[in-house]
Amino acid sequence: MSIAEPHSESSSNGHSSAASALSSAALRQLIIYFGAAIAGCTLLMFALHYLASAFSSGSTTAIAVDPENNSISIYLKEEPPSLNSTITTDSVSGMVLNHVMEGLLRMSVDDKLEAGIAERWEVTPTHATFWLRDNALWSDGQPITAADFIFSWTTALRPETASEYAFLLYSIKNGRAVNEGTMPAEALGVSAPDPHTLVVELEQPMAFFDKTVVFPTFFPIREDFYNATNGRFGADAHELLFSGPFKLTSWVHGSSLLFEKNPNYWDKDRIKLDQINVAYITQDANAAINFFKDGKVAFTTLGAENLIEAQRQGWPIKRNQDGTLFFLEFNHRDERLTRNWNLRRAMQLVLDMDELVYKVTKLPGFKPGVSIFPEWLMGTNAPLREEYPPPQLRLDTAKAREHLALAKEELGLDEWPPIVLLTSDSPVSNIQSEWVQEALKSKLGLTIKIDKQIFKQRLAKMTAGEFDILLAGWGPDYNDPLTFGDLFASWNLNNRGRYMSDENDRLVREAQGSTDTKTRMDAFGKIQHVLFDDVALLPMFERGVTYAVHPQLKGLKRRVIGADTDYTNAYIDTSAGGQ
Amino acid sequence: MWRYMLKRLALSVVTIWFIATATFFGMHAVPGDPLTSDKATSAKIRANLEAKYGLDKPLTTQYLVFLRNLSQGDLGISFTQENRRVNDIIREHFPVSATLGILAVVFAGLGGVLWGALTALYRNRLPDTIIMFLVILGISVPSFVIAAIGQLSLVNLNNLAGTSILPVGGWGTVQHMILPAMVLGLSTMAYLTRLMRSSMLEIVNSDYIRTANAKGLPSTQVFSRHQLPNAVLPVVTVLGPAIASITTGGFVVEIVFAIPGLGRYFVQAVQQLDYTVIMGTTVFFGAFLVFMVIVVDLFYGWIDPRVRLD
Repeated sequence: MSIAEPHSESSSNGHSSAASALSSAALRQLIIYFGAAIAGCTLLMFALHYLASAFSSGSTTAIAVDPENNSISIYLKEEPPSLNSTITTDSVSGMVLNHVMEGLLRMSVDDKLEAGIAERWEVTPTHATFWLRDNALWSDGQPITAADFIFSWTTALRPETASEYAFLLYSIKNGRAVNEGTMPAEALGVSAPDPHTLVVELEQPMAFFDKTVVFPTFFPIREDFYNATNGRFGADAHELLFSGPFKLTSWVHGSSLLFEKNPNYWDKDRIKLDQINVAYITQDANAAINFFKDGKVAFTTLGAENLIEAQRQGWPIKRNQDGTLFFLEFNHRDERLTRNWNLRRAMQLVLDMDELVYKVTKLPGFKPGVSIFPEWLMGTNAPLREEYPPPQLRLDTAKAREHLALAKEELGLDEWPPIVLLTSDSPVSNIQSEWVQEALKSKLGLTIKIDKQIFKQRLAKMTAGEFDILLAGWGPDYNDPLTFGDLFASWNLNNRGRYMSDENDRLVREAQGSTDTKTRMDAFGKIQHVLFDDVALLPMFERGVTYAVHPQLKGLKRRVIGADTDYTNAYIDTSAGGQ
Repeated sequence: MWRYMLKRLALSVVTIWFIATATFFGMHAVPGDPLTSDKATSAKIRANLEAKYGLDKPLTTQYLVFLRNLSQGDLGISFTQENRRVNDIIREHFPVSATLGILAVVFAGLGGVLWGALTALYRNRLPDTIIMFLVILGISVPSFVIAAIGQLSLVNLNNLAGTSILPVGGWGTVQHMILPAMVLGLSTMAYLTRLMRSSMLEIVNSDYIRTANAKGLPSTQVFSRHQLPNAVLPVVTVLGPAIASITTGGFVVEIVFAIPGLGRYFVQAVQQLDYTVIMGTTVFFGAFLVFMVIVVDLFYGWIDPRVRLD
């Protein structure tokens, strides 16, 4: 070998003997040091805990189902962004508000409209009248009166409130004018002939006005309480007054919420639970499942990848539609290729949504889209889609190619440029947009450029019309087919692709203006066909949810609109046995 | 010393101003804004919203308003969390992140020194190989994986034991802190272990250790008085930035363990383009980082007298 060898040998020898002499002593030192470290850490933890508790309060103690205290624990996927009912728009706030508030009317367990704070009501072409219960009380014991509704509605409409959902109140006479600041709030067409009668003057005939008043924007707010919060209404638990089944007694931001049964609620005998403890706030689906598995929460959403585990654990698995429709929306603006009907028709003829739902995404509870109107919407007496069957689509690649050739001719193209598909960055929409890309490539030879954008950037591009095809979704605002039916009206701001059809606009106006249910449903039945024939959109799927519930928790209700998940009718059944 | 301190402080104010300005204009250059949502709003409703939040004014005016408010310590009101002041968000949630972060750093620091010293003592033998293998894992496996595995193991452990040994999430008691802090500190600990190991090995062969051994100092004393304090120096250097990054970077751990820390707000604000929360948390974290670097410099001068601050 080399000359360096003996030198390095001796050096390493000398070192190792020194090191071994060192190491036993050093090891002893290290062990002592390690013990001290553990003791120090423990001390530090207690010190920090003590310090931290000086700043924030509330600790998490969660038992999924606690028969002793008649309470359950759950989680929320995010902190409720706004519990001020005049401003709120999101589903998490909606879930919380629907447990602590009740409006004039509410949705029953079987999704029918039923009496709430109003014991009876009447809608005529010009007016809607609500007669309030005498025994309806606020959580502080004062009676709920018609003035509380008038106050909250005018507050929501005032321009300085800047409520995004103020448009829901445009159905009330002068509602739009008040919101746009051209009329004073007093001009709003609502009045209270006596404290327990509320008369609403309608801007135009609206058959389903009563269905819209279940929405949080229509919840009552008492003026003196609102003013006493100094502009902080809804910011904390004590800045809220409750008309519903529960009171929000504690709200530790980002951490927990506590609902307690409201003893002043008029219908308190209906409410079985004494407490609902929102013990965790996390958007991590796996964390929620872990909490469920550990017996900390009584409910968890399940993803496709958790189903096997859930079955092995013997959890009761349930599924439901969440009411949202996802679809491919085309850009009909003049400068876009997708304005061409033959191109859209070609795509319609090759995209097999059954394949997407059952073979590609394979998410439990999802259903292939066939119409702008989801399956759950009601028609006159039966589901709308039973009364008015959606158009049947027969996939036909050969015919699609003919349409494509025609489109190429009409557009005067030599070659197809890439078509831009705008999508969000979620894993599910990744799979979906790649499927669309692959299907259109292999069947039609079209090149799809996927433009993947995060939430706000996608919104900006949607609004500016920077797409050919948009992977879009729509959830209902109220329980009437019109919430989907007017989506492609030329004046609807959510019509991001600027689809324009006189026939569709005429039908939407008819459905909006008529008070006759049959006439309205006929119009929806026709809208379904117009949008299909024009290929204004391609319905992809209706979203489903899969979830597990603690076996002892009964009466939990999933809803398409309003409180989802709804625990107001839930109760603990100890005979059902533990988890 | 005092002149040095003053200079550092003045410089840090400039640094923070620079962070704030760059963030402000960068944030406004991103397409979209905090007021857009899934459902389109009419021009009038949109105008009402803009007026409410002052977004209808020119950008430079908004910037000046922001600077004026910042100089008075007012960070504004969140766009997405109705009615919540950014000051309140920081005041309520930073202590949680800080508690978790400090604990994680202490855990990482103590662990790193311990394992580093052990690997150096057992160089190229089995304990060294095992620990260094784990160190590579700790550095390369991302924290969301470690957090998820840690939580799942705890759930299974609790199920096996039939009782709750440690809570799997939430916040409020000492037991809630243990697992998240360990998960959060793990990668830093792995990094510090490597650092400690190499600096120990460097020192073992140095002149003063040989001298100490030669003059017959007991080996315990050689180790604890000469070798360990000198080897710890590089660890202290990286500890400052590590404290800042751990305290602010707990986003994943906070989500998985449902901990109401500030990291969550920091990240979500960016996703939702919540201008005031982005500005507030960025300026706060920036100031915190700058502060920690200064503290470490001072500490370094104390631990190693050769370093003069002037």
